[in-house]
Amino acid sequence: MSAVSVQGLSRSFAGTVAVDSLTFDVERGQLFGIVGPDGAGKTTTLRMLAGVLPPTAGDAVLLGVSVAREPERVKPHIAYMSQRFGLYQDLTVRENILFYADLYDVPRGELPARMERLYRFSRLGDFEDRLAGRLSGGMKQKLSLSCALIHQPAVLLLDEPTFGVDPISRRDLWLILHQMVADGMTVIVTTSYMDEAERCDVVAMLHEGRLLGLDSPRVIQDHIEGSLFAVRGPDPRALRDLLRHTSGVRHATLFGDVVHAVTGTDITAVSLERMLIDGGASVDDVTSARPSLEDAFIEFVHAPS
Amino acid sequence: MSAIAVHELTRTFDDFVAVDSATFDVARGEIFGFLGPNGAGKTTTIRMLCGLLRPTSGHAQVAGFHVARDAAALRARIGYMSQSFSLYPDLTADENIQLFAGLYDVTGARFAQRREWVLGMAGLRGFERHVTGTLPLGFKQRLALGCAVLHEPLILFLDEPTSGVDPVARRGFWDLIHDLAQAGTTVLVSTHYMEEAEYCNRLILMNRGRIIAAGAPQTLRSAMTEAIIEVITDDAPRAVEALTRAGGVIEASMYGRAVHVVVADAGAQAVTMVRETLVAAGRSVESITQVTPSLEHVFVSTVRSEGGAVAG
Repeated sequence: MSAVSVQGLSRSFAGTVAVDSLTFDVERGQLFGIVGPDGAGKTTTLRMLAGVLPPTAGDAVLLGVSVAREPERVKPHIAYMSQRFGLYQDLTVRENILFYADLYDVPRGELPARMERLYRFSRLGDFEDRLAGRLSGGMKQKLSLSCALIHQPAVLLLDEPTFGVDPISRRDLWLILHQMVADGMTVIVTTSYMDEAERCDVVAMLHEGRLLGLDSPRVIQDHIEGSLFAVRGPDPRALRDLLRHTSGVRHATLFGDVVHAVTGTDITAVSLERMLIDGGASVDDVTSARPSLEDAFIEFVHAPS
Repeated sequence: MSAIAVHELTRTFDDFVAVDSATFDVARGEIFGFLGPNGAGKTTTIRMLCGLLRPTSGHAQVAGFHVARDAAALRARIGYMSQSFSLYPDLTADENIQLFAGLYDVTGARFAQRREWVLGMAGLRGFERHVTGTLPLGFKQRLALGCAVLHEPLILFLDEPTSGVDPVARRGFWDLIHDLAQAGTTVLVSTHYMEEAEYCNRLILMNRGRIIAAGAPQTLRSAMTEAIIEVITDDAPRAVEALTRAGGVIEASMYGRAVHVVVADAGAQAVTMVRETLVAAGRSVESITQVTPSLEHVFVSTVRSEGGAVAG
């Protein structure tokens, strides 16, 4: 049975459609990513799943409970970490966790073991007497996550947990999430970063409130019809401009000194190099590259619907 | 001549060494990235380069100006744009342009010409009278860029300029940055995001105040001595457990359904070792391949080998 089942979920604000009939299932123990730019509808979707914002139409069923009909019955089984998760800045790390434990009626006897485990993952144990307000951004996020996890929710909803967090702390957060998922927790996480989305089991790509694609990152990446080539030469910018005017090339983007070109399937590295040389460019090499989730996202946005 | 020449630049705050003998050069028209965890010294370095903070020792020349001696003159030749835009949301697009023109003394015929350029570059013709706060994010971002370069600065500093923007808009934005660089503007980018770092010609990686790696993204990737092996097995969590205990494995972590294994030495024997470890632990291996390290791998591995990031 699915842990979360979303059917035609929609939300409008004063006539503006923020989320437009989303339908998807999240399996128990899955790490499910909702990815898309600011304004795509990620936060609105998550708030509806958390039972804090009623849908305009459609429904989501979490662990057998409808969020549209019984939002209050959903809440004990989930944790929702919003972008402005409430940490008490003038309480210590330990006091913040204890506060949330009391809020969710965590039995006192179970607390030491749970806290020890959370400290082990988060490496916050050495800082347990530090005031939350004096932690770095990354440590604050790890503390917020620990507070959200103390009542061992079945479903964890995280809204952009790594926003503004440096790569080292970001990686720690993902290690914690993977551990939770390995223990059977269902995790739904939003991000605007495609490289992060690659860590999820399944990704829902959201754009302007609608679902563009839904699958494992690997399948989505392979879904690109055509090929991606890395092209190098002494004048990368001229190469990019020439590629944009070469027939069969759909997109060309300059990354540092390397141009990435997405082409149709009929083009090979050899034929592309020949076309560029015939076009008067000087080329050092053309190699085939693996498309990223970002390349796939761009293809989906441009695809005629 | 270099647009920026930095020699043993150092800044201390009491006993704390925020930037420790940084030495590097940036060529004119280069897009140059600063990467590093919080507290690495990126912002302190950039504040010194903008003439906002005096170095404790060492020196830096930016666009021919000495950062300590000619700070005021230097600041007039710098443009700055960050993710938390400097635009006034309740002014119209045109009013924001006028405001920046006033701040930077862009007047008369030059103003008319620069205003036209910004409106064209940002695709804002027809939107001049729209209130900035109501414009789509991509437009706001291009307007913020236009305002930052209205006075044609020699150096443009970008602080996480495209975080939160959709990939299509992000690519469009970086096209504009590449055009500015081509026209001779030197661009400094400070970011946490590898997606932004990929657009730079060269990068420096900072940790605990020191530069721990420098080079083009591609060079940094190929210089990494550790190898990343991607494995798909029947049970990722158990595979991680078995690999974490194996000798020669620096780290094993889940990456979607796959496991990424960091091993000390690249080469065929590493793949064999990972496979044998998994088979001995009773896992069945569906696929095993060495993958190109991402910039994030490079970042994490370099910071780790330099003693880790500052905690807290």
